[in-house]
Order: sequence, then C-alpha cells, then structure tokens
Amino acid sequence: MMTRLNRRSVILLALATMMALLPLVFPSSYYFRVASLVWVSALAAIGLNILMGKAGQVSLGHAGFFGIGAYAVAIGPAHLGVNALAAVGIGALLSGLLAFLVGRPILRLKGHYLAIATLGLGVLIAMVITTESRWTGGPDGMPVAKLVLFGWRVSGSDTWYWITAGLLLIGTWIALNLDDTPTGRAFRALHDSETAARVAGVAVNRFKLQAFVIAAVYASVAGSALAMMNGFVNPDQAGFLHSVELVTMVVLGGLGSIVGSIVGAAVLVVLPQVLTVFQEYEHFMLGLLIIVSMIFMRDGMVPMLARLITRGRR
Amino acid sequence: MSVLEVSDIGISFGGVKAIDGVGFAVEPGEIFSIIGPNGAGKTTLFNVISGMYTASHGRVLLAGEDVTGLPPDVLAARGLSRTFQNLQIFHRMTAAENVMVGRHLQENCSLLADLLRLPSVNRQNRATRAAALALLDQVGLRDCADIPAGALSYGASKRLEIARALAAEPRVLLLDEPAAGCNSVETEDIDRLIGRVADRGIAVVLVEHDMKLVMKISHRILVLEQGRMLVEGSPQQVRDNPLVLEAYLGHHGAREAARA
Ligand SMILES: Nc1ncnc2c1ncn2[C@@H]1O[C@H](COP(=O)(O)OP(=O)(O)OP(=O)(O)O)[C@@H](O)[C@H]1O
Ligand SMILES: [Mg+2]
Repeated sequence: MMTRLNRRSVILLALATMMALLPLVFPSSYYFRVASLVWVSALAAIGLNILMGKAGQVSLGHAGFFGIGAYAVAIGPAHLGVNALAAVGIGALLSGLLAFLVGRPILRLKGHYLAIATLGLGVLIAMVITTESRWTGGPDGMPVAKLVLFGWRVSGSDTWYWITAGLLLIGTWIALNLDDTPTGRAFRALHDSETAARVAGVAVNRFKLQAFVIAAVYASVAGSALAMMNGFVNPDQAGFLHSVELVTMVVLGGLGSIVGSIVGAAVLVVLPQVLTVFQEYEHFMLGLLIIVSMIFMRDGMVPMLARLITRGRR
Repeated sequence: MSVLEVSDIGISFGGVKAIDGVGFAVEPGEIFSIIGPNGAGKTTLFNVISGMYTASHGRVLLAGEDVTGLPPDVLAARGLSRTFQNLQIFHRMTAAENVMVGRHLQENCSLLADLLRLPSVNRQNRATRAAALALLDQVGLRDCADIPAGALSYGASKRLEIARALAAEPRVLLLDEPAAGCNSVETEDIDRLIGRVADRGIAVVLVEHDMKLVMKISHRILVLEQGRMLVEGSPQQVRDNPLVLEAYLGHHGAREAARA
C-alpha cells in the first residue's frame, strides 16, 4: 500500500518539477509552444491509455472526441454566446454523453470489430464537422475566441505552457488515482479475462463504458485546450490520422503505463520538429521509427526501461 | 432446503446434445462431486449453471429462487462462484490483486470516489487487501502475494482461483478440476481446504478426475456419461456400481476407480 502511495506522489512530483524547470532552458517561445503541445497530447493519450492499456478496449476514433472539445470552445462563444470555460465543460459533457450512448452497443464488440466500430465513430464525427460548415467553417476550420478568465485575457505561449501543464498534472493525478481502486482493478481484470471478471461479479459492460467515457472526456478537454491555445480549429484535429497518432503515443509509450503516455506524446510531438531537417522524408522516418520500436520494444518504451532498470539493480 | 437445485438441464451444440436431462440438488455444507469420462459434459454443465451458456431447457434454482439464464455477474451477487478448468486468472495483476477482484461485490465501488481517491477508498483498499492476504494464506500462497499471477505455476494458479472464488463469500462454489496439475502434497492441501470450505456451510460442487480425492471427500457423487446422468449416490454406491466401471472402461479413471 505504502509503496503505491509513494510511487504516485513520486511520479507527480517528478512531473511537476520537470514542468517547473524546463522553461529555464527554453531559448525561445517556440519551445514553450512545443512543450504545450506535448502536455495537451499527453493528456489525450493518458485518457486513451485508461481505455486501451487498463481496460483493454481499443478506440481508433478517439480524435473525434478531441474534435468535439476543440469545436465546443470555437462554436460555443462564437455562435451561442457561451463563455469559453463553460464551453469546455459542455464539450466534455457532450463527449461523455456521446461515448456513453455509442459505447453501449459497440463495446459489446471485441477486437477487430470494436476497432472498426470506433473508427467509424471517429470518421462520422469528423464528417459532421467538415460538412456543417455554417457552424464549423467546414474544411477551412474557424477561429477561436481568446479565453478570458475573470477579466484576464489569456494569451502568450508561456501562459499556455503553465495552463496545459496544470491540466496534464490533474489528468495524471486522476489516472494514477484510479490504478489501485475497485474501478481500476475491475478495468485491469476485464482486460485479462472477461470471463473471470464477470464470475467475480464485475459488471463488465458497465466498466468498459466507464473507461470509454473517461477517455472521451480526457480527449475532449485536451481538444478544448489546444483550440484555445491555437486560437484556431480545423477538422484535422478530429480526423483519422490524429486518432492514429493518439493510439501510437499510447502504444509507443507503453500500454497501461501512465508515464509512458507522456513519453509517447513527447516523442510523437517533438520528433517531427527535429526531423524537419530530413524534409520530405520526415513522415517516412517517423513511420520507420515506430515500426522499429514496435519490433524491439513491444511493451513500449517506459515498461521496457523500467524492466532494464530493475534488472540492472539486481 | 437445497441451496442449489438444477433440474432437467439440456443444451446442444450444432445438433449434438452435450447435456441431456441432468438434475441434482446440493445442500449447504455438502461436497457434491460430478465425475465422468472426458467430454461427458461436466464443464458444460458448470457453464450452464454459472450463466456462461444458456441452456435450451431446464431450470437452475439458487437458494430457492429461479436464476435460470441470469448472467455470471448477477449470479455472483446471488452467491454463486466458480473456478475454471482452463485457467482464467488475471495474469498481469498480482496474486493479491486477483483475490482483491474477487472481493469486488463486497466493496463499495464509486467511480467519482475512485477517480479522486478519497480517503474512504484507501481505507477500503487496506481492508480488502488484508482479506485477500488471509485468503492467500488459506491456499498456501501468502508468500506469492505481490508477484504477477502470470508467473505462478499451474498448481499455484489453480489455488489462486480458489482463493479468488472464496473471496466473493459464495453460498455455492463450483470447482472444475482444482487438483489438476497439483502434486500429491498440493492435492492434500486442496482436499483439506475443500473440507474446511464445506464446514463453513458453503455448498461445494466438485468436478475432478483424481478419484482418490473424490472418493475421500465427497458426500455424494453424480456420474455423467455423454451428457446423461448415469448414477447418483454415495461414494460407496458409485464405486460398487458396475455401470460406472463400464463407463470408465478404457479410460485411466477405470483403473483409478478400481484402486480407490
Ligand atoms: N462451446 C462449445 N461448442 C461446441 N461444443 C462444445 C462446446 N462446449 C462443450 N462442447 C462439447 O460438449 C461436450 C462436453 O464437453 P465438456 O467440456 O463439458 O466435457 P468435460 O466433461 O468437462 O470433459 P473433461 O473431463 O475433458 O474436462 C464435448 O463433446 C464438447 O466438445
Ligand atoms: Mg471439463
């Protein structure tokens, strides 16, 4: 018990310290922006990891929820006169509700069938966003009003750095909380054996649904944060490629490893920036890297490193 | 009153009757064994009783209430628990966590409290873990509490399943070949454990190929053959029944039964 508690606080403390110290070595505001992108992506990835890594259910359409959150803070203030902060909440609520309604039938599916169904959901959301151009600006996207907090207009990449860092800390805290609780155990149990979980009294469908809703809310909040930070949204954020990116972050960092999702997000956000020196080969290099790391680190980076470290200690 | 009453169960797969007209009743504290050659339908019967399969006819009564067709998690809440012939452990969780999942229905499970990790969750966790450790102790796995269940030996995994099933505080416990893969010392431990469980008033339904174990601890035995009831009676009656020997003829069970 004690070690669990410590591990949780150690991770949070290490993360907070890193977030506090990083700006000291940032030479320009560009770095603040890249780091903020990492925090936002990591938030979405952690949510998806609760669904995929803990509860063992895949979602290939998760950017759809990211898009709902992003467009909520765009459409809410622009068309409906909703305050931006309330729009974040409304986006999260809508995402959670949609996940709940759609999750009921599709989470009964397994493996490939669930993958296809969630993919379909993601495509559907992206399609609605692209076609409802009167509300969403269509394929061109739309601007997002600046966030105003108690009369203070939030702007500047350093400000957003701290806001997104805070969101990620909260997201990490909640995800770590879950691990050693009846809900977290139910997730992991149904991942390993649905049959045994049900016989132990775990209402498997209910817990799958909970994981799906949690993951959707995480993605939605991350989407809202990114949209407000960018001051702009476009349908790509809800698109299939973005869904694949989120899954890659989770798998690359390590299924079930919360720290892994942060590392995975960092790799997928930072690497393309570094790889621009390869110009047109950028995507090729990224793809190659993912394939190679999946061959040599099937469990993901963080679990693999953890194993190496414990082995080294012995 | 019988705590488990099964009547006239029938189920077929692709037109082949795997079980046909099977019925029995088990009292609290009784050890009721079901034996029969491979493919007789013992596991299928367990799957019907525990709600994994839907029978084409027949009834299952739990403590007098009709529970036919209810799903496994609902049956668990009504006091039915089981283990599996083909292991079903949570291999990425520790042994202790496996048993803690078994306490799921005894725990308060609130999503919000868990997400925020309220102090009540931590308190409950400690109690659940203590209960899990006590159960692991009962099955001789106390020392393995914090290792991943996937790293346990086959025999140890079998005992872990028993601990997890007991964690749910069942009224009826179905054990599908608990001694398979266990050495003679482990088998004796399981023998004693089943005895203790029954002494607490839990009805134990046992499927087991180890005839020595079955003959020793069973109060009553039902012999299945090709999905039908062959004989039901005391160990003595079953042992002496020529039909049983015949059913087993050609199977390793025949020799064991004769020897036992
Ligand atoms: N899901 C299924 N689909 C098709 N046939 C099945 C299914 N489950 C069981 N059977 C068939 O039902 C019959 C009974 O199998 P069952 O596993 O219940 O036997 P058993 O008595 O447990 O045997 P063993 O001693 O080997 O464990 C077998 O012929 C089996 O092939
Ligand atoms: Mg069997």
